Amino acid sequence: MARRAQPLSPALALGWGAAALLLALTLGTILAVAWRAEAAARLGAADWAAIRFTAWQALLSAAISVALAIPAARALARRRFRGRGVLITLLGAPFILPVIVAVLGLLAVFGRAGLVSGLIAPLGLGPLSIYGLQGVVLANVFFNLPLATRLILQGWHAIPAEHFRLAAQLGMGPAEIARHLERPMLRAVVPGAFAAIFLICITSFAVALTLGGGPRATTVELAIYQAFRFDFDLGRAALLALVQFGLCAIAAAAALIVAVPVAFGAGLDRTVQRWDAGGRAYRWGDAALLTLVAGFLLLPLAMVAAGGLAALPGLPASVFEAALRSLAVALASTALTLGLGIALASAIVRLRDRPRRAGFLEAVGYLSIAASPMVIGTGLFILLFPVADPVALALPVTALVNAAMSLPFALRALIPAIRDVSETYGRLSESLGIGGWTRFRLVTLPRIRRPLGFAAGLSAALSMGDLGVIALFADPDQATLPLQLYRLMAAYRMEDATGAALLLLCLSLALFWIFDRGGRVGTDT
Amino acid sequence: MGLTLEKLLIEIDGFSIAGDLTVATGRRVALIGPSGAGKSTLAAAIAGFIAPARGRILWEGRDITALPPGDRPLTLLFQDHNLFPHMSVADNVALGLRPSLRLSAAEGARVDRVLDRVGLAGQGAKRPGALSGGQQSRAALARVLLRDRPLLLLDEPFAALGPALKAEMLALVEEIATEAGLTVLMITHDPADAERLAQETILVADGRAAPPVATGDLFADPPPALRAYLG
Repeated sequence: MARRAQPLSPALALGWGAAALLLALTLGTILAVAWRAEAAARLGAADWAAIRFTAWQALLSAAISVALAIPAARALARRRFRGRGVLITLLGAPFILPVIVAVLGLLAVFGRAGLVSGLIAPLGLGPLSIYGLQGVVLANVFFNLPLATRLILQGWHAIPAEHFRLAAQLGMGPAEIARHLERPMLRAVVPGAFAAIFLICITSFAVALTLGGGPRATTVELAIYQAFRFDFDLGRAALLALVQFGLCAIAAAAALIVAVPVAFGAGLDRTVQRWDAGGRAYRWGDAALLTLVAGFLLLPLAMVAAGGLAALPGLPASVFEAALRSLAVALASTALTLGLGIALASAIVRLRDRPRRAGFLEAVGYLSIAASPMVIGTGLFILLFPVADPVALALPVTALVNAAMSLPFALRALIPAIRDVSETYGRLSESLGIGGWTRFRLVTLPRIRRPLGFAAGLSAALSMGDLGVIALFADPDQATLPLQLYRLMAAYRMEDATGAALLLLCLSLALFWIFDRGGRVGTDT
Repeated sequence: MGLTLEKLLIEIDGFSIAGDLTVATGRRVALIGPSGAGKSTLAAAIAGFIAPARGRILWEGRDITALPPGDRPLTLLFQDHNLFPHMSVADNVALGLRPSLRLSAAEGARVDRVLDRVGLAGQGAKRPGALSGGQQSRAALARVLLRDRPLLLLDEPFAALGPALKAEMLALVEEIATEAGLTVLMITHDPADAERLAQETILVADGRAAPPVATGDLFADPPPALRAYLG
């Protein structure tokens, strides 16, 4: 088929520009790190311990999350009850929950002075301690059990309803249904869920910073931070950054091989009618399990809310200043994410006749899934150090890195939406001579408002709650709210910390809600 | 003169359609043939969405083969999605005048006039979703009037309407075409449509678009390919 020559339109140029920026941020920083690491010493025993711990906690976290998620997803798939939709929505919430808020909540429930320790003290047990491996794994499971449950629930929903009808007619019980229908599905879905969670836990920083530490519970990501912040040993930080990049690359390659399922599938509200597992034991078992899961997710947050409310009025001014700084960073990061996301997605859709180029742009957009914020931060520091004061740039750098980290999720929402507009209204727009900026303003933008609002909400909430690069760069006057909260915790000012955690939780959820809502209001078509 | 397809050949993924014919200015011509014969492909090529493998497309002797779709002297009405659902009916129509939608007062008045002309007076502020199928077709035709391009291509835009509404729309097309002196090319699979609107008919079958023949003559003595289609 003859093809009209495509000049490099402004839209395509923007897309390639965005890709270049992302490549510089992810791979460019690695080059900077590698260049700096040359002169460095070899890895010491502590570094090897960090590597082993990183892999071990990620493996444990992924295994426990998936093992619990399978029965939880099965219970959700085969039961219909009031509040089921709310519970499924709740399972999506940890994604936008600031890590440090959850850690504080988990401490209030499972910590030395927490709820559970208080309950078992009269029995002569405890107190519990969740510092170290068990705490890191507990927090990782808190975040990833819901994700695993949603991923596996999607697998259950992918089994056609007709199959369950046929199974019921043939008189299959739960055991036969498990063997003929459910286990084949799990074999396809579980490896992907496991790999996704393993990859997430490999880059665990905030959890390890707050609950880990010490020679026995330091992740590589945390070791980079410590080499950088405490020893200011750039060479060792760089070497560790290379190790971390290698770990991420291996985990990402494994995830690619087993094909990670998409986290935001539609149609989870649907229930499939089932005729098996109607026995009392099954029903009570499912109910108990779901209650435990919901309690595990809600109780820590309830503790933060209950404890924080009283502390809120007396919070020091520094907390509110940090909150304003975080809001500014979150909004800037959201604007960047949307700008990069729209530029990349538009270029990818335009390049439909050039699948290789489109695929390359898409891969660049998703690259940050496997990137480590600490590695990017170290690289940026090395690059910026000779020309500018990295500390002065702490907030802009944080906004930029946050934008890159939430871009994959934005792209996942934007690419299908923009492709759909182009396929449905592309010819009409062209035939009416609507092109360029006019077309974007009049046709594309109004039609992608929903996914755009969703992407903006995710991006704002993720940035608001992020405790990562900022810890590397900031001095005390420039703390974001999560960092300020961490400092309060480190100073054992738990009351103020809980108040700040409630503030952070409310701001993160409010940002998500406002943007997501903004995308829906008035879209009647 | 009118519209000339000069030794035109379109190829897509192993499928091809050829045409070498002229449609005289001001004529209303039907394109009829079995589905999958390439009627829509032909229209898409004339409208500029598909580049032909060989040959040229001319309007009044001017080569338009390489022009982008928006610059061609024609308006194409699609089978569906002729209106943007998120814009008001008036905005949808006004796009035919100014794609930027920045209208002067005089231009706004023109939009109102064409809405009035197609029987949609007072409906301009509504969204297309609030209109009936027939009214949506009227809005699309109002835009044809504003665009003021000499050639109108209809790719079965009324296929989803019932018989009475479809007859009404074809009558409106005939009125508008006569008033504005438009040349009309209408794709259809229904011989009754052709007989109602078109003075001439082009048979599209077996990978080829035949030159136009007077519609009455064609159906009175159908060639084998048309006979096979009519059954």
